[in-house]
Order: sequence, then C-alpha cells, then structure tokens
Amino acid sequence: MITFAIGLSIILLFVILFLLFRIGTLASIFRGSTKQAAGTTKTSNRINGTMMLLFLFVGGAAFAWSFIESWDEMNQPLASVHGEWTDSLFWTTMIIIGIVFVITQILLFIYSYKYQHKDDKRAYYYPHNNKLEVIWTMIPAVVMAILVFAGWKTWTNITSAAPEDAVVVEVMGKQFNWMVRYPGPDGKLGVAKHTLIDATNEFGVDFSDKNAQDDFMPREIHVPKGKPVLLKIRSRDVIHSVFMPHFRLKMDAVPGMPTKFWFVPTKTTAEMQNETGNPDFKYELACTEICGRGHFAMRFIVIVDEQEDYDKWLSEQKPFIEQNPGVMANFTAEPQKELVSAKKAEVPAQEVKTEL
Amino acid sequence: MSSTDISINHDVHHAHDDHHHDQNFFEKYIFSQDHKVIAKQFLFTGIFWAIIGGFLSVLFRLQLGWPEATFTFLEPILGGWVENGKIDPEFYLAMVTMHGTIMVFFVLTAGLSGTFSNFLIPLQIGARDMASGFMNMLSYWIFFVASIVMFISLFIETGPAGGGWTIYPPLSALPQAISGSGMGMTLWLVSMALFIVSQLLGGVNYITTVINLRTKGMSMTKLPLTIWAFTLTAILGLLSFPVLFSAALLLIFDRSFGTSFYLSDIYIAGEALANTGGSPILFQHLFWFLGHPEVYIVILPTFGIVSEVITTNSRKPIFGYRAMIGSMLGISVLSFVVWAHHMFVTGMNPFLGSVFMFLTLIIAVPSAVKVFNWLATLWRGNIRFTTAMLYAIGFVSLFISGGLTGIILGNSALDIQLHDTYFVVAHFHLVMGAAAFFGMFCGVYHWFPKMFGRLMDEKLGAVHFWLTFIAVYLVFMPMHYIGIAGFPRRYYNWTGFEAFNMFTDLNTFISIAAIIGFGSQFIFLFNFIYSIFRGRRATENPWHSNTLEWTTPVLPGHGNWPGEIPAVYRWPYDYSKPGAEVDYIPQTVPFSETKSSNLPYERDLE
Repeated sequence: MITFAIGLSIILLFVILFLLFRIGTLASIFRGSTKQAAGTTKTSNRINGTMMLLFLFVGGAAFAWSFIESWDEMNQPLASVHGEWTDSLFWTTMIIIGIVFVITQILLFIYSYKYQHKDDKRAYYYPHNNKLEVIWTMIPAVVMAILVFAGWKTWTNITSAAPEDAVVVEVMGKQFNWMVRYPGPDGKLGVAKHTLIDATNEFGVDFSDKNAQDDFMPREIHVPKGKPVLLKIRSRDVIHSVFMPHFRLKMDAVPGMPTKFWFVPTKTTAEMQNETGNPDFKYELACTEICGRGHFAMRFIVIVDEQEDYDKWLSEQKPFIEQNPGVMANFTAEPQKELVSAKKAEVPAQEVKTEL
Repeated sequence: MSSTDISINHDVHHAHDDHHHDQNFFEKYIFSQDHKVIAKQFLFTGIFWAIIGGFLSVLFRLQLGWPEATFTFLEPILGGWVENGKIDPEFYLAMVTMHGTIMVFFVLTAGLSGTFSNFLIPLQIGARDMASGFMNMLSYWIFFVASIVMFISLFIETGPAGGGWTIYPPLSALPQAISGSGMGMTLWLVSMALFIVSQLLGGVNYITTVINLRTKGMSMTKLPLTIWAFTLTAILGLLSFPVLFSAALLLIFDRSFGTSFYLSDIYIAGEALANTGGSPILFQHLFWFLGHPEVYIVILPTFGIVSEVITTNSRKPIFGYRAMIGSMLGISVLSFVVWAHHMFVTGMNPFLGSVFMFLTLIIAVPSAVKVFNWLATLWRGNIRFTTAMLYAIGFVSLFISGGLTGIILGNSALDIQLHDTYFVVAHFHLVMGAAAFFGMFCGVYHWFPKMFGRLMDEKLGAVHFWLTFIAVYLVFMPMHYIGIAGFPRRYYNWTGFEAFNMFTDLNTFISIAAIIGFGSQFIFLFNFIYSIFRGRRATENPWHSNTLEWTTPVLPGHGNWPGEIPAVYRWPYDYSKPGAEVDYIPQTVPFSETKSSNLPYERDLE
C-alpha cells in the first residue's frame, strides 16, 4: 500500500512538473520571447547572470568554510623527516595554485556576469595581442620551472640510497595481509623463493641459507625513532602498495621485482598519542593498489619506539626456525646446488635495489 | 579516392532532386553511411552507456556513503551480489572498474569523438560526407558489437572485470586472484580489442576527411578550432590505441597460453606458478602509453567544442586563434611523453620519475594559455547565456579546478603521499570526467538544432546546468580533503582504519550530492527526447554563428548542401567586427561584400 502511495505521488510529481514545463513554454511563446535569439532575453540574462555571481560568492564561501572546517582532519599527523619536506612543498604549491584558482574563477564568473547580453551593445573585436600572450605563456613557464626544481630536489633526496646503518625491514604483501621479516642479529635477510612457500613458511625463506637462521617474523613493525629505516618491499601474488600515511610513504609491492623505500621516523607512538590526545593512536600501514576482495582490509600496525625500547623488543624476538622447528625438515635433505642457484638469482636483484 | 568522389557526386544529384526513395529503412537509419546518422548513433549509444556508468557510480556511492547500512532494496537489481543487504566486495570493485571503463572509453571517447567528429567534420569543412562512409559505418557497428560484449559481461555469474579500469596484471591475469578476472576479464579484453578497431577505423577517416575534403578556400588556418581539436584527437588515438591493443594481446597470452610477459615469481591460491621473468611494470608502461594520451583524447574535442561555443555566444572572435592551435599541438605532442607520471611509486627508477615530472609540468603551460585565452574571449563580450554557453563557462571553471591539482600530482615528491588516494579521484574527475561531460553537454545543446531540426528547451537546460554544476562541485571538492588525508581509492570500506575513519559525514554528503547530480540528468534526458519530437522548430542558424554547418538547411539531407558546396573566404571568428552591419559574418561571405568592416590587410582580398 505504501509502495503504491509512493509510486502514485512520484507519478503525480512528474505530471505536475510536466505541466509546469508546458505552461512555461506556452507563456514564453505568449510573451514573444521565443522570437528573440536564444540567450538574449532579459529574464534569461538576469537569472543566469545572478546565478553566476551567487555561485562565485556562495560557492567560494562554502569552499573556504569547509576547507577550514576540515583542516585538522585532512592534515594527518606527521612523523617522518622527508614528510616535512613534502608537506611544506605541498602547501607551498597549494598556495600558488590557490592564488591562480581564485583569480581565474573570479574573472570567469565576474566577466560572465558583467558582460552579459545587452541589446544595444556590441562586443569588442579583439582577436589577439601577442605581447599579452607571450606574458601569460612565460609566467606559468617560470612558475613551473621553479616547482619542477623544488620537486626534483625533494624527490632526489627522498629516493637517494639508504644509509648503511639503516634498520632493514622486509615487508611482503599477499592477499590479504602484510607480513614482515627482520634480518635478526646478523643484519642480513636470508634468501627467499616463491617456490618454497607453504602454509608455515609463508615467505618462502630458504632456511638452509645461513643468513636466514636468525630471521624473525613479528606481528607488528617496530622501528626506532630517529634512525633511518629501510623497507624492502615485495609481493608474492598480485601488486600491492605499502602506504603509511603518517610517514608520507608509499611504494608498490610488485611480484618479481623487489622495491624499497627508506625513511626516518621522528616521533614515537607514545609521543604521537600525547600530541594527538588519542591514547589509542597507532601508526597504520594500508594497501593502496587494488589487489582483490580484501584490498580495503590490509591493515598492519607500525610502532615507533625509543631506541632502548626497540632494543628490548629486538632481544625478545625469537628466530622463526626456533619457533617453527618443523620447517627445517624441508631443507636438511636439500642439495647444496639449489642453494647456490637461488643465491645467484638473488644477487642481481640486490644490485638493482642499490642502484635505485 | 576517385571512387569516393564519384559516389559523392551521385549523392549530390539525389539531394538536389530530392530523391531519397532508393534508400530503405535499414540503409537510412541502421546501416547508414551518412555521417550525420552515424553521429546520432554514437550519441544515443553514448547516452545509454552514460546512464549505466552513472548508475554504477550511484550504487557504489551508496556503499561508500553508508558503509554500515544494509541494502536489501538493491536485491531486485543486483541479485546474488547483495548478500544479507551487504554488497559483495568483489562486486564493488567490479562496479568501480566498469564505471571507469564505460565512462572513459564508451562515453567520453566513443560517445564524444564519435558524435561530434562525425557530425561536425564534414559539416564544418564543407564536405558531402566522410572520406569513406562505409568505413565510418563499420566503425560504429564494431563499436556496437564491443558495447554488446561489454554489456553482457555485466551479467555473467563470475561478474564483470574487477581489477580496476587500468587492469594491472597479475590481478587481471589470474582468475584465482579475483573472480572478475575470469570470464569477465576475457569479455573485457575482447570488447576493448573491438573497441580499438572501431576507434582506428574512425580515426583514419576523420584525418583523411580533414586533409582531403575541405571545401574551396578552407585552408588549415581558416578551420574552426573544433576541427583542429578533432583532428589532433584522431591522431592521438591512431598512435596510442595500437599500444593498448598490444598490451591487451600480451595479457591475453599470459592469461590463456601460459606465457610470462607480465608474470613472475607468483605464489597464489596454494601453489607456486611456473611463470618467471615477466614484469607487471611492463604492462603499466604499455597501458599508460595509451592511457595518458587517452585523457587528452577525452578532453581535446571538448576544447574545440567549448572554444566554438564561447566565441559564438560571447559574440567575439576567439582570443589568440593561433595560440589556441599551438597549445593544442603542444598538448598533443607532450601527451605522449608524460605517461610514467602515473607510475612514480611503482618502483620505477627514480631518475625516470624526475624526467617525467619535468615533462608533466611543462604541459601545464599550454593548458594555462588555453584558459587565459578563454577568459580573454569573455572579456568585453556580449554574452548570451544559452544552455550551451552555460556549459562552456562551467567547463572552464571545472577545467581550472581540476587542472590546477594536476600540478601537484605531476610532482613526483608530492605524488608519494597522494598517489591512489581520493585526491587523484577528485583531480581527474574534475579535469577530464566532469569537464569532458560538460563539453559534451555543451556540444549537444549547441548542435541539437542541426541534428534534429528542433531546439532543446532553454529553461530546462538552465535548470539542468545549475543542478549539475553545483552537484559536481559538491561531490568533488570535498574529495580533495579526504585525499589530502590519504584516503585510498577503491576501498570498499574504510572503517577498519583509524587514519581514515573520521570522514563518515563527508562521505555521506558526497554520496547525497552524487545522487542529486545523477537525478538531475533525467531532466536532460527528458528535454533531449521530448525536444527531438516536440521541441520548437529551429531556424537554419539559431545561434547566429559563422561556421559552415549553419549554412545548410534546417535539417541537412544526404550530401549536406542542396546544390554546390559553399566556398569559404574568411576565418570563422568574425564576430562583432567594427563597421559590419550585424555582429556576425559567416565564413561564406566574401570580403567584397563587407567593405565597410574589412581590416587594412583584408582590403587586398576584396
């Protein structure tokens, strides 16, 4: 019954709208405004001209208000060194484009309003002005050159080779979660191969490799504050993308092509909890490359510690093979040859990474 | 060529004697070789796809606006894709994918270029028809088959393609990864392959026609900007679509024949795949080699349309005609060397990132010149607010708003944080989505009288414009805020993340604005269909415009002009020339008839 009533009222609404439309059409024929060229009638000019101004002022005000209103929310708390560079470059660029935005939009709507049709007026025949055109080609060119230079410097700094003493963390994407591996006390990650992956050994680590013996896989990323951290990123199935919004950090995880990103965290999780006033604040890692059904749920926690807490945490971690002694069974009988070939395969990849 | 000429002369006779009886219904309306009918076919198909694409966006905006709600009322439409009132996450991705594919390719490429290049090129350069009417017909019907294949893919059990419109492998190559990569992806690839064939047939035709069939006196520097835009668009398409074709072909090989072009070291669904040595990045390079020119394929035709409409309705010559052509040429060339700005954070060598940042930001210069020239054209004009003009003004506004953020995204250092967030979504929807749609509406309202011999209702047009314009800004402006906060694209739900869960209200607001925006398109639809049959009858030149198409009869027949094709004497922008009787001088008026208004250098041409 209610559906019927809703349906009926919608139909009635349409009928009324249609009638209004017909009446409007007939009235304009009666007034004779249909004889004038389209867009030259007084009503059309007045209404659309006013709307242009209204749109400019009301729209501009609404934009300004909503921008200020969302300011705190749109600025994610910042916790990395290079994030400060990109944030300041971002807002500098925003100011520049903001100025252009305001000027051009104002001119557009004001001109539209001011130069609306008048019967006794003629437009000004003004086909070109070379001087003017050269000026407004040069100005954007110069501004762009400056922005390119600033962007290029920042970009080169961010993507430069990681310092030797950086804390190395391997991040691997898979459908649909992240996994991390630390190199352990020897500072070297063991060789891994996708053919070695099984339900326990999800990284496909070759545990016959000496470097792999002390590797461990924690449930959260811990990094020390103020120290460079090098993320070695890879994927084992489809493309994922490591995104840590608070560190202004993003890098795709590509199967078959290891990538990397290094950064320096500047605030511990505890400090950030104080600063934001949110005792539950956590640094998060999200996926930003569409990867399937669970793309939206690949959340991982990153914790920034003071150096001593980090060291304490490190000392508590047990190597993977100690926790899962069963995995070694697959490797004891393995012939030494395969290990050599696997190592060979890994070496060029490492080189590529350092070149990057 | 010679055979074409003969058939054209043949048509002339018929047009002249008013004999159309030798064409049956099928030849005239279905398998027609007349460019005007083919243009309308593209337009109708484009509108059909726009409704589907828009409807999909409303569906996924429901999910984003009300992530916790249950949508049992969608069950009659979506069937099994809604379970207990929850939209299936894979179907959500499929909707996003199809929305992108449909809008970019089927609406804003085929629907836009297909309609206006076909309709306007012969009419504005003074030709009887396209260089090859038959190829033109093939172009439409192959597009039609591509449409059918894509449409069918919406209804199959495993769902349509769901890996994003960019179909990055391995996701798109492995059915184990997402169900949309099964049959849905196969149909997507088949459909796109057909689509590319259609585009190439069309493109060759447009270019040939513009080069060979211009009427007497129509030199390249007397061409309306629309024609320049359409020609450059066709050239871009001709050079870039084959690359997408090859990318798709290699993907088909990887999917079906066990090759490893894009696949390497993959362990999925409990087994390690044998593929090795491939590179997913290769696909991205190939895809964006088309993908970036593609966005200019979408926007260039609207540059032309908007320039034409602004100059006509400002009653002023376009400011800097040569600069406008130059900037379009510049944009076209540059559009081929900026593709990797979509790939700054894919692990590509950072040096490449620097190079592509440099090239990308250069493209801002010709774009800025275009905007300044449009503004200068409005300055001291005598502006008629026809609906087309409203849309042209709206276009410039959206193009500025969306284009400026491109300066940020083109900067590789800033792209780190913003890549694949809603900032990108807001940017490209404004600059190439909404703006291109506005250009398309602008064109439809402006050339409707020449297409159907009747006028669309101006009042409804204005209502449609203002509702759409406001809705577009309400949808996409707030998206910037969400994007600056890092909110990622293609997320079914964000409530799991503390970093992104504070924008619930804003997302609901965006969804409401999107629904209003979609709803207001029905005003257009009503106006469009009603006006075809019942609209006010148009005159030959209702907007007092200079270009050639307005010298044809109200409803141009086969062959466009009864009798001889008019010759052209002047550029198309002699509006409000001092000393002239009326404020426009059509291109067909020789200088000898306008002695009072000729400029000094034009006196020699009298």
